[in-house]
Amino acid sequence: MKRDPIYGMMAEFDTPVALVEAAKRTYQAGYTKIDTYTPFPIEGLAEEIGFHRNEVPLVVLIGGIVGGLTGYLMQYWMSAVDYPLNIGGKPYHSWPAFIVITFEMTILFAGISAVFGMLALNGLPMPYHPVFNVPRFTRASRDRFFLVVFSSDVQYDPAATRQFLESLDPSSVSEVPS
Amino acid sequence: MDEQYKVTVDAQRAPVIEPGYTFGSVTEKISAIVLTRPASNGWFLGFGVAFMLTMMMLYAVGYLVLKGIGIWGVTIPIGWGFAIVNFVWWIGIGHAGTLISAILLLLRQSWRNSINRFAEAMTLFAVACAGIFPAIHVGRPWLAYWLFPYPSTMGVWPQFRSPLMWDVFAVSTYGTISLLFWFIGLIPDLATLRDRSENRVAKIIYGMLSMGWRGSARHWHRYETAYLLLAGLATPLVLSVHTVVSFDFAVGIVPGWHTTIFPPYFVAGAIYSGFAMVLMLAIPIRKIYGLEDFITERHLQNSAKVMLATGLIVAYGYGIEAFMGWYSGDRYDAFTLWNRLHGPYAPAYWALLICNIFIPQVLWIRKLRTRPIALFMVSGVILVGMWLERFIIVVVSLHRDFLTSSWGMYYPTRWDWMTYIGTIGMFLAAMFLFLRILPAISIFEMRTLLPEAEMKAE
Repeated sequence: MKRDPIYGMMAEFDTPVALVEAAKRTYQAGYTKIDTYTPFPIEGLAEEIGFHRNEVPLVVLIGGIVGGLTGYLMQYWMSAVDYPLNIGGKPYHSWPAFIVITFEMTILFAGISAVFGMLALNGLPMPYHPVFNVPRFTRASRDRFFLVVFSSDVQYDPAATRQFLESLDPSSVSEVPS
Repeated sequence: MDEQYKVTVDAQRAPVIEPGYTFGSVTEKISAIVLTRPASNGWFLGFGVAFMLTMMMLYAVGYLVLKGIGIWGVTIPIGWGFAIVNFVWWIGIGHAGTLISAILLLLRQSWRNSINRFAEAMTLFAVACAGIFPAIHVGRPWLAYWLFPYPSTMGVWPQFRSPLMWDVFAVSTYGTISLLFWFIGLIPDLATLRDRSENRVAKIIYGMLSMGWRGSARHWHRYETAYLLLAGLATPLVLSVHTVVSFDFAVGIVPGWHTTIFPPYFVAGAIYSGFAMVLMLAIPIRKIYGLEDFITERHLQNSAKVMLATGLIVAYGYGIEAFMGWYSGDRYDAFTLWNRLHGPYAPAYWALLICNIFIPQVLWIRKLRTRPIALFMVSGVILVGMWLERFIIVVVSLHRDFLTSSWGMYYPTRWDWMTYIGTIGMFLAAMFLFLRILPAISIFEMRTLLPEAEMKAE
């Protein structure tokens, strides 16, 4: 597939309040393929641009269940099935003694799933991304707030989208080459 | 609570961040420590000393591998000596980092945002120091991997009914989760350093580490969920770690170990010593790097209050130990108490009471809680006290148990001291490097504390 030479149109805002307002209006204007870039998390912003499905909790839950089962079954199999050893007359399957490691393994697997699940769902690591082609974008990790309408949006039109973004009172608008 | 009252209370408190900062200036100030500020002579001196101490530790450990643990003071009946004392001490220090980053996050204590990063780093380095001791204490450190359940030609598996095995899992899980928590907290700040760095090599390295973070709203949303869940997982984890460490003792039948108060009392002691270490690091760091606007009197006060509270729990633990020694009617328990107060190690016990219970009571005085130098000194006293506590628990309990014929004494050798002091050097060396390489304060979380970041009501 041939890549679109233009990735989208980017508008820059000075304050988080202006960005949230602009994002809301852009989404209401019918643009659905949009994203915002901010130097810190802004509560509710993702919902404003139509992001409602967050799978991270599910990934963590599955990780935790798998970890717990792994921890318990590992100990059961090793102590009661594969090589039963009589330790001080305790039962081979001494479940109370297995709880601690089951707990630790649950936390371990859930924690690893949280971090790597979040990164994978975010598509990270990603060494190249078109938004970095805009020189001003380096301030997205500092003190500026950006809104991008992707060129893949059905309503996207270079002239009309630029005009629309300029109507939102941004401090600059630039085209993002891909 | 009505709004008027809240405003009055807030006005009397020192702020979490001094007024007058913007997103840009916060970013500038914290990242400049890493990116533009040249390393001072003081830094080189400090790092140099710490590095030499690390080398001393490596020398001591190298000689240990060559000769065996006979070079230490451990004998029968005191088989646990310095290695276990230091292990428990270090792992306890690490606990404050997780408490600050996870538990205070869940409790929405936003003041934590300016101290969580280096407290987490402190946790990691403390766990690294702690991990050395059990590994070298097994006698043949090159076989320490036998602790893990891996399919070996011997066909046997670890003994999962033993608290020592639980400890292997608890500590390795704790180390891993602390590292992950610290790393994901760093990702957005690494992106800031990538975008701000002028140096091409630094740009590439920070760029790789930040994994292409660009601050997308969708990313932030998942990021915050993951961060919160990780905090929720780390909270029971950190409580479990010192609980399991206390099981190493409490499950044994030695008088002075076999008691049910150990888990909560160990956890409180861990947080107590951890906050003392946080203050001992924060006070010089804020002074030297001019971060008084970010690590304010409020942080010092709050940390002092946490120390006071956990210190009282620890005092309660000592009280109950003494009470049970008398109340249980068990002559061995009673003797343990007598032996602590009057035995050959009595000076250590009295020093412990002075360091951990009496001196920290000065923290009740509000004026002292805002004096960095006083806090620094009290914290040092607490760290010594908490080390003595572990010495009392490990050595004094073991040296005189049931049979008079099996009594003995423990005298640490110079190799014990070299290893212990060496790990302090390693901890400090890692801290010195961390300050120069990574942002010591979480930049993106500081931005959220600014008034600019507040979203006005719709």
